[in-house]
Amino acid sequence: MTVHRPGTRGASWQAMDSGQLLLIAAAGMLAVAAIAQTAATGVVQVSDAVAFGSLVALGELLRITLPGNRESAPIAAGGALGYALLLDIGDRPAIQSALQVIVITAGGMIVGALPHLAAGRPAKLAGMASRLVAVACVAFVFRPLAPTALMQNHWWVALAVMTLLVVLAWFVDAVIGALIRAEELRARFSVALWDELRVQLPLGTAVGASALLIAFSSEVMGLAAVWVFTGPLLVSQVAFRRYVGIRTTYLETVRALSRMTEVGGYVEGGHSRRVSRLAVAVGRELGMSETDLLELEYAALMHDIGQLSLRDPIPGGATVLVSAGDQRRIAELGADVIRQAGVLDQVADIVMRQSEPSRDPGPGPGPPVASRIIRAANAFDDLVGSSADRDRAAAALERLRLDTAFEYDPGVVEALSKVVGRRSLSLT
Amino acid sequence: MGSLPRAARLYVAVVLVGACVVIVRGPFNFTGVGWFTLVVLASLFLLCESAPASFSSLRGAVWSPSSSATLASVVLLGPVGAALVGFSAVLRVRRHTQPVRRFFNAGMYALSAYAAGRAFLILGGHVGVPSRNSFPGIIGPFAAAAAVHVIANHGLLRGVLWLTRSGEGTARKARTGLDLRLMLSDLGYAAFGLLIAALWSVVGAFAAILVLIPLFVARWAIGQYAAQQRAYEATMAALCKAVETKDFYTRGHSERVSRGSAMLASEIGMRADRLEAITYAGMLHDVGKLGVPTKVLQKSGSLTEEEFAAIQLHPMRGLEIVREIGFLDEALAGIMHHHERIDGRGYPLGLAGDEIPEFARVIAVADAFDSMTSTRSYRGARRIDQAIAELRKWSGTQFDPALVDAFVTALQRDGWERPAPVDPPAGPPDGITAQDHDDPTAPLRVVENR
Repeated sequence: MTVHRPGTRGASWQAMDSGQLLLIAAAGMLAVAAIAQTAATGVVQVSDAVAFGSLVALGELLRITLPGNRESAPIAAGGALGYALLLDIGDRPAIQSALQVIVITAGGMIVGALPHLAAGRPAKLAGMASRLVAVACVAFVFRPLAPTALMQNHWWVALAVMTLLVVLAWFVDAVIGALIRAEELRARFSVALWDELRVQLPLGTAVGASALLIAFSSEVMGLAAVWVFTGPLLVSQVAFRRYVGIRTTYLETVRALSRMTEVGGYVEGGHSRRVSRLAVAVGRELGMSETDLLELEYAALMHDIGQLSLRDPIPGGATVLVSAGDQRRIAELGADVIRQAGVLDQVADIVMRQSEPSRDPGPGPGPPVASRIIRAANAFDDLVGSSADRDRAAAALERLRLDTAFEYDPGVVEALSKVVGRRSLSLT
Repeated sequence: MGSLPRAARLYVAVVLVGACVVIVRGPFNFTGVGWFTLVVLASLFLLCESAPASFSSLRGAVWSPSSSATLASVVLLGPVGAALVGFSAVLRVRRHTQPVRRFFNAGMYALSAYAAGRAFLILGGHVGVPSRNSFPGIIGPFAAAAAVHVIANHGLLRGVLWLTRSGEGTARKARTGLDLRLMLSDLGYAAFGLLIAALWSVVGAFAAILVLIPLFVARWAIGQYAAQQRAYEATMAALCKAVETKDFYTRGHSERVSRGSAMLASEIGMRADRLEAITYAGMLHDVGKLGVPTKVLQKSGSLTEEEFAAIQLHPMRGLEIVREIGFLDEALAGIMHHHERIDGRGYPLGLAGDEIPEFARVIAVADAFDSMTSTRSYRGARRIDQAIAELRKWSGTQFDPALVDAFVTALQRDGWERPAPVDPPAGPPDGITAQDHDDPTAPLRVVENR
């Protein structure tokens, strides 16, 4: 995914930054208040607090990056939620207050983040803040309930309440994440929330189940539960890291190989990359989900791959200038190449139908929206190229607008002009 | 597996009989809560076994989190009960399982569970639902049981693989690293066995259900990795084919060089991750050819110095394309230097001997071999023995002699599938190609224009 750096977009970055700042400030105040209060009353059950704090620190040290450049610290989240949901440790009841849970979580997070800072990596305060808020929500609800007879005597009531609470934690984390991303990437909130819930589902389930297991097994195993748990959590973490790693390599490889057409002299340098960036921005503007955006990005990167089958490059590589028949042939050749992979049939379909006019009155459904986006983005880039000239961009947009009766989708062209408008704003 | 070697059949029989003996000899207390616990744990075990995840794109490497159920039964039921749970693998639902394999697996799981149970008892563990007083004392015996289980399990499995080994030499060394990863995963998830046992006193049989969730998330992640890896390899291969469509005669070259490099690399004992990287490097070694005009690549007659310079640049162009991929640096070096020669007369940098990265020396051998055994417009495909003779002839000047020897050994063991002979393309001939930059027997001819 293309993630625009904050601060490169003029007027909108202040709003975005203030959203994140608000979250960080709220979490910071929560932590400070909790620390002040706990300092006054003192920490209870110190050895338990230290054990769980260390687990959180370890988890924070071993953060992973989920698809779409999301930071996550599943072990830290599982440990902190487990601490919030403790009923008994061995034969003594767990009596820590919600505020102490917040203190221990925040402390563990800070300790775990220090090595990252020392190694020169960013602290990722927003992610930490969102995790802290989610844990705080659970702790505030559950800590007062923990000593009640209902929880102590009926394990299935406790299990039901705990399940509800870990689902709540997952939801809170997703909502905060979606708010941040919606502003950062200018996506729609509903789409961002859905993406967030979907991406976080497997890991969120594992975190929630682990928290429940820690809370229940501590009753029998005492603090040993924390350490016995670290083994499977670490193995799961390694599996996730490998999965995310190969996904990243996959995207990097397609990005890199999309430059084959440029090195071969078929298209202008940087064309595929620019078209894909533009297409993804337009797709996001139109409210496409992350799964669709990934397919769109792959298709946009490879939209010209069919030219490799041509004996001689088209002069200048600009497909907008060749005949409709040649356009169709290139698109079909490209789709054939992609189809050979056997795993990207959707992408092949998008590439194949990019050559169709977006508003063909003929029978059958028109081309998919991704194809229409690539068609417009490709035409725009063929006309403007790497130039940052605003007049040239405006002229190209005007030309696309004039063709919206047949060639281009008016909605796509409108979204494109918004994206281009924002971009030229940020360049000034 | 219909025609198992005699030794392998004997081995399977011994494992099965051993499993039956330990189960029948007992003693197992078949009364009270035992039956119910046994059924629940066996169901958990079967559920895990029936849904294995591929561990990597290597075929046959599958993993399932079933060891947690076995080890929970070691604690709750003792060695014989654990052996029974393990033996329930005979009932598992998995498609295409031959009876022999089914029974062997059951025997193997039963024996390794029994061994783990014995280890647990010897080190002072107590069979039954653990109480608060059992901790932390139980952790030591349990860890030992987990270790014994993993070792027994993999040992028995390696035994049968060794006895039935049939021409899967290429994958053999790669599997060593993989086995280690599998064993570590098994050990990590073994901890869930202790959790199930501990939770039994709090939530009863529901413990098994609670533990299922994280187990299956882990299984999902592992399966996703393998799926993504397969998709990745397929996509890369498809894109490399796109590069070759232009030149009729070099179709499939990238994939064959990739396969040849992997064969050679595993013959010289490369680790699994390097093996993976060289597979990709072999696939991508010629993408830079796109930067060389087609008419130069296929020119008949001698090349001018400029044209030769354009050809010499193609490894660098390739590097330029793939540099941004998060590969091992070694793979990039392999792509950049695959036309260096041991005597220092190659390109682009003219490195000699050991200065040439190992990846590049490996790819160079596979590259030349595939070029010689494929049809070119100016000659038919050479036979494999002819190509080997050519490799030997250039060994020490163009190729690393040790690698040529290793490649010949690998060829004799695994064989080589030559590309189907190609008919010349239909349509007007557009200049007959009389050279191939990969072919050591037809070196490029350069005219000195001064």
